[in-house]
Amino acid sequence: MEEEYLLSIKNVNKSFSGVKVLKDVCLNVRPGTVHSLMGENGAGKSTLMKCLFGIYRQDSGKFYLQGDEFNFTDPKHALENGVSMVHQELNQVTKRTITDNIWLGRYPVKGLFVDERKMYEDTKALFKRLNIHLDPRTRLDKLSVSQRQMVEIAKAVSYNAKIIVLDEPTSSLTAHEVNMLFDIMKVLKKEGVGIVYISHKMEEIFEVSDEVTVLRDGFYIGTETIENLTMEKIVNMMVGRELEDRFPAKTNKPDGIHMSVRNLTTRYKPVVHDVNFDLKKGEILGIAGLVGAGRTELLEALFGARTLKTGEIYIDDKLINNSDPHKAINNRFALLTEERRQTGIYPIADITFNSCISNIQSYKNSLGFLVDRKMKEDTDLQIKNMRIKTPNRREKIRALSGGNQQKVIIGRWLLTNPDILLLDEPTRGIDVGAKYEIYQLIINLAEEGKSIIVVSSEMPELLGITNRIMVMSNGFVSGIVNTDETTQTEIFNLSTKYLNNNREAEV
Amino acid sequence: MSGLKTDIRNNLLNRDKEWWKELLINNAIYIVIFAIIVFIIVKEPAFVSFAVFKNILTQSSVRLILAFGVAGIIILQGTDLSLGRMVGFAAVVSGSLLQRADYANRFYPDMAPLPIILPLLAAIVLCSVFSAINGFVVAKFEIHPFLATMGMMITLYGILSIYFASGAPGPQPIGGFDERYTEFVIGSTMGIPNLVLIAGITSVVVWFLWNKTTFGKNMYAVGGNPEAAKVSGVNVMTTFLLVYILAGVLYGIGGFLEAARIGSANNGTGFGYELDAIAACVVGGISFSGGIGKVSGAIVGVLMFTIISYGMTFMGLDMYYQYIIKGIIIVAAVSLDTKKYLKKS
Repeated sequence: MEEEYLLSIKNVNKSFSGVKVLKDVCLNVRPGTVHSLMGENGAGKSTLMKCLFGIYRQDSGKFYLQGDEFNFTDPKHALENGVSMVHQELNQVTKRTITDNIWLGRYPVKGLFVDERKMYEDTKALFKRLNIHLDPRTRLDKLSVSQRQMVEIAKAVSYNAKIIVLDEPTSSLTAHEVNMLFDIMKVLKKEGVGIVYISHKMEEIFEVSDEVTVLRDGFYIGTETIENLTMEKIVNMMVGRELEDRFPAKTNKPDGIHMSVRNLTTRYKPVVHDVNFDLKKGEILGIAGLVGAGRTELLEALFGARTLKTGEIYIDDKLINNSDPHKAINNRFALLTEERRQTGIYPIADITFNSCISNIQSYKNSLGFLVDRKMKEDTDLQIKNMRIKTPNRREKIRALSGGNQQKVIIGRWLLTNPDILLLDEPTRGIDVGAKYEIYQLIINLAEEGKSIIVVSSEMPELLGITNRIMVMSNGFVSGIVNTDETTQTEIFNLSTKYLNNNREAEV
Repeated sequence: MSGLKTDIRNNLLNRDKEWWKELLINNAIYIVIFAIIVFIIVKEPAFVSFAVFKNILTQSSVRLILAFGVAGIIILQGTDLSLGRMVGFAAVVSGSLLQRADYANRFYPDMAPLPIILPLLAAIVLCSVFSAINGFVVAKFEIHPFLATMGMMITLYGILSIYFASGAPGPQPIGGFDERYTEFVIGSTMGIPNLVLIAGITSVVVWFLWNKTTFGKNMYAVGGNPEAAKVSGVNVMTTFLLVYILAGVLYGIGGFLEAARIGSANNGTGFGYELDAIAACVVGGISFSGGIGKVSGAIVGVLMFTIISYGMTFMGLDMYYQYIIKGIIIVAAVSLDTKKYLKKS
């Protein structure tokens, strides 16, 4: 075996009930490098990782760790052999402290009792090495997602990990936090760790990767060093066709004021302070900001899911009352939530149920019973209009890919015939091809005269599809800019404007 | 821009003005209970006395030991309906093995006096086995603890009643306990009731088990996020079994003490105790969402309940009114507890 590779995956095949999902996939990771693994959703990235960690057993093919063949039986076994994975959805005990989480499953014992002092000292030493500034005694639910992620990485390092797999680590991080993550990755690289980096975000891939391996439909497409790649080339490898552009043309024509928000302040933490803005008819307004800036909270407040302390919402100059989501829906608002799995879909229900549930009142007949036929018609119409990829409307929604689930949920809200769509991270966890379709859908809706607010952590996305961008910082609006006239730098500066509680010094 | 500045100032001021509101919401249940206690004291000043204080502690003792048992299970996102029947089982077994030699209606007429440790051990072993079965069924077959322990509750009542009827005098309340047994339970050591001492020692032991051992930390981890515990290599099955066995041990001790405390035991002894224990845990902040709960919480919960029921009885308030007040406290406690963790709208 070539010793130059820390981890070597050779010709792995895997099928599920006759369907081949991995075909002769290879991956070679050198020590001290970041190796990006790319591919659209369903390309086989997570299946490959599950084979590596022993959750699935490959049909054929071999794994080598520093030249020795191995097969892990479960993630714990892999961890003990220096191979660890930081999952997109963090699997932690949030009600316990950092130390309790890092040493979980292998607490140092002194006599009968757990050696708290050793755990604390070891955690401190670990954090110092990785340049993480957190008190090990903090409870995880007091930390931000990025901080929790760093704890998870530190945990992997504490097992003397030689290979760390990061599965979409930045999907809920903001630019600043992404940089902190990259700094830690640099420390790890210096120590000779091999990092497998799974991400959909092109900008990041080019910033951190040394090599890129692309999968498509379970096929191994190729491995290239980053110097030999361009964004177009990667996209081409991933989708097998040239994407002319990552964003569709903005054909919507904003015109006249549709909604005005005045002095909106929420009552409970995290607080959104004194928000004022206008939304034009047919406009796509982006909301940018760091995690914790209050973007989601603002959408929830508009939708009546958060109690207001002060604030008025006017639609076409008429004051409306959105004090709970039910009233908001009657006022023709729709909210697409950020956490699709938690608050969006009913996973075990079928597409029909998931499409019609928010609009269920309108399917009643005169006796108050639901009319199946109308629900079926509407669902079929949504499947067709939005090109949802599914065998039929009876499919359980959890069987669909992320992008298609998102389309079903957008379709659900469209059935309520909303005028104002609030979209919170509408393309999170969705692959490049499906993202384009969602963008097109959003622009089409705006063109039809619907007014849309999009919260996104992906700067290019905001710049690509919005007409204006409102930037939030620490619960305040720090600026509203025209998308055509702004830059990433300006937005970044605005989003850090009120950080570190220097709000008073600022003005 | 000065307008914005003023707004920010106002916001900061408002926040300062609202800190007490937060404090109130976070401690509302204790404030309400405290108010009830103050009310009782104002009505009946004699309530504040050493004798009452001692009585309350004594009455809390067995409840506290039982509450610790079910608290561990609640921390594992579970619940235990079979607690009461296990206590009854422990009480009947202990009682039937520890009757005075000269008592007329002996369960085992010809049995020589046993050392009291043996019936205690018997009670502990029996309850541990029953509880371990609960834990195994819940962890292995992923049956909801409500259902698993409900099955155990019903089954145990059957077994217990058969045993209860099998004694020499037939199905009659078991009384006439050995003096060593009664003295051990209701006597005092250096002026402190033995029950209070036993509850105190149990509290210390449970505190160490929960906070200082791998077992305790694993219990919190499995309760807080079973999946995370599993991928970190925690043996979830072992943790479940240990938590349920600890509960069984505590139920065994509790039942042993309860028979002597009341002075008799029958197949209905302990019925409904699970609800008191669970209610005390909940009022003490041991959350049904799992992974959260402290020894001090269980102690506070049990004491609150005992003080209120003792106080209301002291005032001569009808039992039925007491039920109404207790019921409302439980629901209020849970809703406020939930509010604490979901600070939204």
